[in-house]
Amino acid sequence: METTKLPPTSPSSPTTSFSVPSAEKVDGFPRRSMRRARQRRSHSSSQFRYQSSQVELTPLPLLKDAPVAELHDLFCKKLQQCCVLFDFLDCVADLKGKEIKRAALNELVESVATSRGVLIEPLYPEAIKMISVNIFRTLPPSENPEFDPEEDEPTLEASWPHLQLVYEFFLRFLESPDFQPSMAKRYVDQKFVLQLLELFDSEDPREREYLKTILHRVYGKLLGLRAYIRKQINNIFLRFIYETEHFNGVAELLEILGSIINGFALPLKAEHKQFLVRVLIPLHTAKSLSIFHAQLAYCVVQFMEKDATVTEYIIRGLLKYWPKTCTQKEVMFLGEIEEILDVIEPSQFIRVQEPLFKQIAACISSPHFQVAERALYFWNNEYILSLIEENCQVILPLVFATLYRVSKEHWNQTIVSLIYNVLKTFMEMNSKLFDDLTASYKVEKQKEMKRERERADLWRGLEEHQDRRMQMLTEAARNQRNLQERGERGDPPTPSSPQTAHSDQPEPKISGASSSSSGAGESAT
Amino acid sequence: IVLNLINYKYSSRVGTSRRHAFLYIYMEQIGSNFHLTLVSKMAGADGDDSLYPIAVLIDELRNEDVQLRLNSIKKLSTIALALGVERTRTELLPFLTDTIYDEDEVLLALAEQLGNFTMLVGGPEYVHCLLPPLESLATVEETVVRDKAVESLRKISQEHSPVDLEVHFEPLVKRLASGDWFTSRTSACGLFSVCYPRVSSTVKAEIRQHFRTLCSDDTPMVRRAAASKLGEFAKVLELDYVKSDIISLFTALASDEQDSVRLLAVEACVSIATLLPQEDLETLVMPTLRQAAEDKSWRVRYMVADKFSELQKAVGPEITKNDLVPAFQNLLKDCEAEVRAAAANKVKEFCENLPEDNREQIIMTHILPCVKELVSDTNQHVKSALASVIMGLSTILGKDNTIEHLLPLFLAQLKDECPEVRLNIISNLDCVNEVIGIRQLSQSLLPAIVELAEDAKWRVRLAIIEYMPLLAGQLGVEFFDEKLNTLCMAWLIDHVYAIREAATCNLMKLVEKFGAEWAQNTIVPKVLGMANDPNYLHRMTTLFCINALSEACGQDITTKQMLPVVLKMSNDQVANVRFNVAKSLQKIGPVLDSNALQTEVKPVLEKLATDTDMDVKYFAQEAISVLALA
Repeated sequence: METTKLPPTSPSSPTTSFSVPSAEKVDGFPRRSMRRARQRRSHSSSQFRYQSSQVELTPLPLLKDAPVAELHDLFCKKLQQCCVLFDFLDCVADLKGKEIKRAALNELVESVATSRGVLIEPLYPEAIKMISVNIFRTLPPSENPEFDPEEDEPTLEASWPHLQLVYEFFLRFLESPDFQPSMAKRYVDQKFVLQLLELFDSEDPREREYLKTILHRVYGKLLGLRAYIRKQINNIFLRFIYETEHFNGVAELLEILGSIINGFALPLKAEHKQFLVRVLIPLHTAKSLSIFHAQLAYCVVQFMEKDATVTEYIIRGLLKYWPKTCTQKEVMFLGEIEEILDVIEPSQFIRVQEPLFKQIAACISSPHFQVAERALYFWNNEYILSLIEENCQVILPLVFATLYRVSKEHWNQTIVSLIYNVLKTFMEMNSKLFDDLTASYKVEKQKEMKRERERADLWRGLEEHQDRRMQMLTEAARNQRNLQERGERGDPPTPSSPQTAHSDQPEPKISGASSSSSGAGESAT
Repeated sequence: IVLNLINYKYSSRVGTSRRHAFLYIYMEQIGSNFHLTLVSKMAGADGDDSLYPIAVLIDELRNEDVQLRLNSIKKLSTIALALGVERTRTELLPFLTDTIYDEDEVLLALAEQLGNFTMLVGGPEYVHCLLPPLESLATVEETVVRDKAVESLRKISQEHSPVDLEVHFEPLVKRLASGDWFTSRTSACGLFSVCYPRVSSTVKAEIRQHFRTLCSDDTPMVRRAAASKLGEFAKVLELDYVKSDIISLFTALASDEQDSVRLLAVEACVSIATLLPQEDLETLVMPTLRQAAEDKSWRVRYMVADKFSELQKAVGPEITKNDLVPAFQNLLKDCEAEVRAAAANKVKEFCENLPEDNREQIIMTHILPCVKELVSDTNQHVKSALASVIMGLSTILGKDNTIEHLLPLFLAQLKDECPEVRLNIISNLDCVNEVIGIRQLSQSLLPAIVELAEDAKWRVRLAIIEYMPLLAGQLGVEFFDEKLNTLCMAWLIDHVYAIREAATCNLMKLVEKFGAEWAQNTIVPKVLGMANDPNYLHRMTTLFCINALSEACGQDITTKQMLPVVLKMSNDQVANVRFNVAKSLQKIGPVLDSNALQTEVKPVLEKLATDTDMDVKYFAQEAISVLALA
């Protein structure tokens, strides 16, 4: 625990940001890297504001020197001492106090980790209070509004030297052999867990790493909170998907869920299936998918391995959310599909093969060679190849036209040669079908063009019809207005006129005409 | 024959996997209906109606290709028109209700279309036919689709008669409000306020009850939706219910465990406070508002700062004096820069709306000290937010106070290290100009302008150029000639094209302001001098300036001074210059008289039209034809 000195990246004095580095002057704009370099120095913390009056800390005797009778009392005093918060944005403020707290925290960590019999019941509320006071805070606004977790350096938590020790203490507390869930559950309650979950939005990866382990322990030890934790994680994900598109801890939460799913009992509860279909699958739509895709794909595959009947939901869900414009995401989706196909049951494969291979065909014809290449790699996978072979009669007609066309048109030579290999494989699988499809390719093409023409004709007709209709309607409306005006002038109304009979309907002509037409139809039969 | 065609379509479809098998069953039904309409058509009952079999149209709506499906949905009104109102109601709408499982983009287009469908189903008396598909759309996952469905539902709710509203619309709202999944409950939140005013009092009581339930919903998503509609719902409620129901909901939402809910309650606070009589505000609203202004989450405090002017108007002058002034001071001193910036943005509006009797005293003793601190804030966004409004204070405080108290702040901000702060001050000079005249500032202004004019960031230079005509007008021609003219000319040879372009445009505006004679004496000689510059980019700048200035300078200057230079440049070695000569001639042609055009311009253009460079040729020919010299 000697590493808890102030980090080298301590907050800079304000003057350093005033001078413009000469490298920035090249094109007049700071490059992203420069911006980031500056951000790296800026830490943030909203902790300090809650401290109303600053108390002077006095060092207490060491725990290890304390007589056994006074040990618990001293432990308690140290916990209370650690409830004092310090301003880490001002790195020189109250150095003495900071050091006393750091030492106390270190002692607490060590004591919980090594000595037995320390954790007695009266200490639970004090320990949880100390943890709550230190870690629960409103996370500060992001320094960089368009923070990109892949590109930008995260803003680090300034109070980390203390915060880390508090997290460490919490973790040791949960892992201690003396830890009694029955006592803890009175203090680690729903409200506590909710606040804990909100912290996963922290930009500081070190903090999220601690939170991940801690939440996992809480989930493991406090059984009464499990359903609640799952529900709140759902809410966080749903908010992330449908409202804010921003949450830093998605990957960490998914990692925990991965092992939770692993432990689900069979048959799967409706709640868990709903979680898969309505939360995990829609998570694929997120813009920042790349950050948590590995964890997400792991969860999805876990579900499949648990219960093969969810396969169809998963594949159809992925196809529904298939990326339209982002090729990078398309490659990720293809990767996930391959992971899924690796463990798919042949009976499930048959249920999804048709829509799936239409999508794969679409990917093969992608002008982005990485997408096409990723899709064509499926044919290098032996298990997938065996599935394709078994269902060649269905799959080959689905992909043939695409393969044939792309093999002649694609700009990228690697793709063309990959396609030749695939075509060759198919030819070996079922040469008869292959020849038939080759022969009918041109005819199919022409049929398709004919359908295209028919569609164009249909719409042209419809639009002409609409124009005529609109004309009739405006005319009818005009007539109606004229009639009304005449009526207002005191002219005798014409009772036989259909317009006056339907004067409160804006479309007398249409409703009258269609009812009369169906009437005539019936009389004709 | 047509029946066979349809059968063919079935067989071709049955093999392909579709998501809903019932579609085919549905198609069978349509098939039998179709026979009837076909016969009716042959009977000649109506020449135009039911021209198209619905099966063909529905096929369009189910095309494999999403893009084609989307196109068809976007032209749904065309299809409905072709079907006529009755078949739209009985055949098209049930089909749409059942196919709700599709790409979100298609659903979005559908939700939008249905909002404008009243006429196509036969007018207001049939408008309730549109509810089933919109109800399904209001429950889908994707927010944009749901929001659009709610928007359309709100729209068509107005077209329902009071009876239909109770019979058809209100039950739908109830169903949504008690849906299993959060999406339908979220959508319900937006529908209460549109049906409440036009239903009976028993139904009203039910609606209030449903709204109450949603405000304490289990999922934060629904509570957020309810909180965001709280103000809107309060507006349509009777005052007694506002006091009894809304206030308790408001208080509960404002102390929700999630800050994302609490901050939405702040928004509702504005509407609620407007509805209540002054004497009730203190007890019913203020405790919650005070709490929000000191919330532990910066997001909530930010929201208070952001809505401060609205809140101020809603609670009236007395409460403003007693409560909002200290709250505003705290927000200006908040520990989060986001909050301070939002509050700084409101400084002028807040001061403007203070009660006039002791406005000056409040500003001087309470607000100004905070503003002074913000001038040297550590965060540049805070300073630049302040700089964008601070000048507005001078009109409120009058000449003497401005000179004594504000001027030092303006001057400090003019020297700020962040260019955005300086720019914001300069761009608002007109406010000060009216109160104390710009002379007071001009000594400090000049270094600030010069520094911005030479800033390393070209966007900063661009911004200051855009203020030049305004500044020139305020500072007067003498000051301009003496101090700023050189800057304006220097921009013409900036190494960034956007700056040179803006500088050209700036010259034109200056000439419009100061007149042709000023132009002839000060800028035209310098511009024309650049025609001999060794750098071809500068020579082209001459041409661009001539393009911009010729009209403002008039025929005389253009013909006598500019034209000879342009014509001479037609011999330039660089092709880019030569084709710009052609373009310039085309541009200034209309300003010249026909004699000059025929005797001087025409021969040069004809020569350029035979240039070796194809671009030069092209532009020369274009100029010849535009000027009709051929």
